Amino acid sequence: MKLYQETIYSLHDKLKAGEITSRQITESVLERIDAVDEKVRAFITRMDELALQMADDADKRFRKGEFLGFLDGIPVALKDIFLTEGIPTTCGSRILENFVAPYDGTAVSQLKNEGAVFIHKVNMDEFAMGSSAENSGFFPTHNPWDLDRVPGGSSGGSAAAVAAGEAIFALGTDTGGSIRQPASHCGVVGIKPTYGRVSRYGVIAFASSLDQVGPITKDVMDGAILLKAISGRDPADSTSADIPVPDYPSLLTGDVKGMKAGLPAEYFEEGLDPEVEEIVRKAVSDLEKRGMEIVPVSLPSTKYAVATYYIIAPAEASSNLARYDGVRFGVRYPDAKGLTEMYMKTRSQGFGPEVQRRIMLGTFALSAGYYDAYYGKAQRVRTIIRREFDEAFTKADVILSPTAPTPAFPIGEKVDDPLQMYLTDICTIPVNIAGVAAISVPSGLTNSGLPVGLHVISPPFTEDLLLNVAYAYEQERGVFPQCPL
Amino acid sequence: MKYEPVIGLEVHAQLKTNSKIFCGCSTEFGKDPNVNTCPVCLGLPGVLPVLNRKVVEYTIMMGLATHCRIAQESIFARKNYFYPDLPKGYQISQYEEPLCADGWVEIRSNGSSKRIGITRIHMEEDAGKLVHEGAFDASKASFVDLNRACVPLIEIVSEPDLRSAKDASEYMQTLRDILVYLDICDGNMEEGSLRCDANVSVMPRGSDTFGTRAEIKNMNSFRFLQQAIEYEIDRQIDILESGGEVVQETRLFDSDKGVTSSMRGKEEAHDYRYFPEPDLVPLRIDQEWVEELSVKLPELRDARIDRYVTDMGLPEYDAEVLTSDRPVADFFEAVVNKGTKPKSASNWVMGEFIRIVKEKGMDSARITPEQLARIISLVEEATISGSAAKKVFEDVFATGKDPDGVVKEKGLAQVSDEDAIRAEVKKILKNHPDEVAQFRGGREKVLGFFVGQVMKATKGKANPKVVNKILRELLAE
Amino acid sequence: MKITPEMVEHVAELARLELAGEDRRKMENQMVKILEYISLLDELDTSGVPPTSHVIDVENVFREDEVKPSLPVEKGMSNAPESVGTAFKVPKIIEG
Repeated sequence: MKLYQETIYSLHDKLKAGEITSRQITESVLERIDAVDEKVRAFITRMDELALQMADDADKRFRKGEFLGFLDGIPVALKDIFLTEGIPTTCGSRILENFVAPYDGTAVSQLKNEGAVFIHKVNMDEFAMGSSAENSGFFPTHNPWDLDRVPGGSSGGSAAAVAAGEAIFALGTDTGGSIRQPASHCGVVGIKPTYGRVSRYGVIAFASSLDQVGPITKDVMDGAILLKAISGRDPADSTSADIPVPDYPSLLTGDVKGMKAGLPAEYFEEGLDPEVEEIVRKAVSDLEKRGMEIVPVSLPSTKYAVATYYIIAPAEASSNLARYDGVRFGVRYPDAKGLTEMYMKTRSQGFGPEVQRRIMLGTFALSAGYYDAYYGKAQRVRTIIRREFDEAFTKADVILSPTAPTPAFPIGEKVDDPLQMYLTDICTIPVNIAGVAAISVPSGLTNSGLPVGLHVISPPFTEDLLLNVAYAYEQERGVFPQCPL
Repeated sequence: MKYEPVIGLEVHAQLKTNSKIFCGCSTEFGKDPNVNTCPVCLGLPGVLPVLNRKVVEYTIMMGLATHCRIAQESIFARKNYFYPDLPKGYQISQYEEPLCADGWVEIRSNGSSKRIGITRIHMEEDAGKLVHEGAFDASKASFVDLNRACVPLIEIVSEPDLRSAKDASEYMQTLRDILVYLDICDGNMEEGSLRCDANVSVMPRGSDTFGTRAEIKNMNSFRFLQQAIEYEIDRQIDILESGGEVVQETRLFDSDKGVTSSMRGKEEAHDYRYFPEPDLVPLRIDQEWVEELSVKLPELRDARIDRYVTDMGLPEYDAEVLTSDRPVADFFEAVVNKGTKPKSASNWVMGEFIRIVKEKGMDSARITPEQLARIISLVEEATISGSAAKKVFEDVFATGKDPDGVVKEKGLAQVSDEDAIRAEVKKILKNHPDEVAQFRGGREKVLGFFVGQVMKATKGKANPKVVNKILRELLAE
Repeated sequence: MKITPEMVEHVAELARLELAGEDRRKMENQMVKILEYISLLDELDTSGVPPTSHVIDVENVFREDEVKPSLPVEKGMSNAPESVGTAFKVPKIIEG
């Protein structure tokens, strides 16, 4: 096995034993990028020099016997939504093409404090709006398992980078499935922590009440390691919860005997690809073998989740994206005769079509005369969906479902049909609406060799439980194949 | 007058916190543009607001001082609009569930007092400043300074209970007094730390249906506030009298011309698309916190006026002058606490003290209340004359030196030694036989001439009382 | 929900987006389709259901009133499209 193919903990062990250096890992990853990124197109900004510098710094520490943590000396891909001081941060948008972040976000600082090596800033749907990475303002990213297909989105670059070995692990963000859906499509692990578990400070906002930062990793143990590193209360984020962070890695026992897993019928309805269903049902029975009891649960309002999401998320986005006005940063339309023209031209030329669509929808949903019928209504439905999860969690410890109703779809298939694109997130969106935690774990390949993910959902702030169920499944499943690229 | 004006005010007060409402930047003024900014108040991508606890406390204090109900639960909202001085493209404010509501203040109106309802008091962030002039290419560009962005404000919205421009000005003054006494706002209208918009309409007297209102902006002094509203009332009456209709609009007051004019053209259909701020969590204000703050509330101006009149026996006029500025009132009380008679202290504070404070500012006062009390007692003990006391006061005010030392240093102590004065008086009477004859012939006025002569001869140091007494004695012989 | 060209224009103006000709028609069609899908919510009775703005029960998060160093002004201005001295420059605002 090549170094770029390994996990955080296996590399950590080798670093600790002095068998390898961070420079060797970093060079292995950089060589891999040279070899495959032409096809995958995962990154927007590559930072070889910085990466090697950070690797050498780590090696210097190791020689003195110092380790900042599990992540010390390990290369990471950062979704280009994270602000990184002195480094371009585009959020996949032309409007931020020239933006160099003047500060580090909290999650980025935490990774720095742990000694992680920053390899590149990776591609994404513009402002995290999309499910295929095709809405990037720069270029689409390709799925390493099948280059003609999308990697999923919006954290498509992060998932593709980890799957293709262009990074050992990645950081993504998930507003309606943006970590889990690409993780599912790329055969890697993706975690959407409970809302409030990880600080959002220094993460470019899409929909503030739904956004959450999370890990994209090769396996559950790596996910647990990374989640531990980035979780916790941040004084700079009022919505981050002051709840102790368990030592997730040490809590992975794989023992789930006697625990109950709920299967919601609503997630196995029409529109679910038969191959996906088969793979997920097999995964469910794997967990049953580990001693879990499978019980039916009901989440009757699931069918309203996408509609609810497409009011709340665009409404918040329309407000969050008002700051891209060409005044203080970003690309400004240069020849405007007056202020209004500057605003209009800057924004309509800087934002891509999907972003403009969502700004329009959100502005409409909040506008006078429509607020109650749209935003107000959606917030009430949000309450109903939350209550249904609460209710379901009285009957089951976790809930199991597919992560996405289909495997990765061909590039270009849905770009002209936004509604069809929106519906690909039908299984992941309810989780963000309810603010609960979820994970996608690779659970099989379709006949044409496309990965499919098992979706595990757990109550707020029970990531330890969530990870342990996922870990138990992983144990039962066995080694997942490497992508053929 | 056939018409009755109906006026409501929206008052914005900048709170005197050290740091901004949602970030740690200083609220200090007068710095170079954008020096007091950080990613949060610049509205850079990825930033989040964190609420300054003091802002909540100050707002609750204002709510308590104006008899408002303090909400148990309160939330922030985003008010969305584009303007270059608004970095995020939205202002974090409160919309539904403001922190304080349903209060009132009492104002004096036509000699009696009148209750003015307060609809709500809410917290929000200030915008930055746009500079249109001064730069070399000001004809083509405007400039944005965000030092003021994110400075805490409270907005105090009144009920439409005001019925005249005078009422409005009284109400504004009352709010200012409360803010200044609470020490939560410096109350300076000219510098914009206290701002006001007025909703003005007129209706036929006796009607209970309000007329169409105009919103008047840009009134940055008490005088302009009154002037603008008076103008606006007359303007609306003229329109109605000539059979026209008042248009609902925003009008700017032009203080040079003394008129309001429509902002038409610039005015677009406002649709602020308020929604709950997802980046800030709800506030829950428990009774304990409110009580803790209500204990901390200082005595407000009206209560002090009452106390000065009732307990100290001061004329109402004195009480009003002394309390018009809280630091002055505090100084006055400290002088009284040093044992000075209230009326003596009042005379000095209202006279010399306020005169010099107006000239040089309160900050330049080096004098302590104890020192003023000492100066007053030096006069009362007849150690120095009234005019010498003013000289001592000026010196001590500027330097903070010990009054007794100043008296000594300047040789201002009065001569009250009767023998010495008698000798001087005798000399003068002897030198002015004609005037002596005139006095004895009934021209009492000549006494003043003799006093003057004695003072001249003693370089003003003779105690005038003693001089008078001895003059009369000797002239009567 | 009937979406008219005038509504699309009004919303675009509120959002400071310039939509012309084909783009506007396309936007209108897509909005119609999406809002039609969203009207699915109409069948759900939400009377008496409180709205959710925050999914977690966190209240009263404050910072103390302490001044922290500001960003060095050069850094704050470093991304400015146009500036003069330490002020951001924008096209002249024409006052009505």
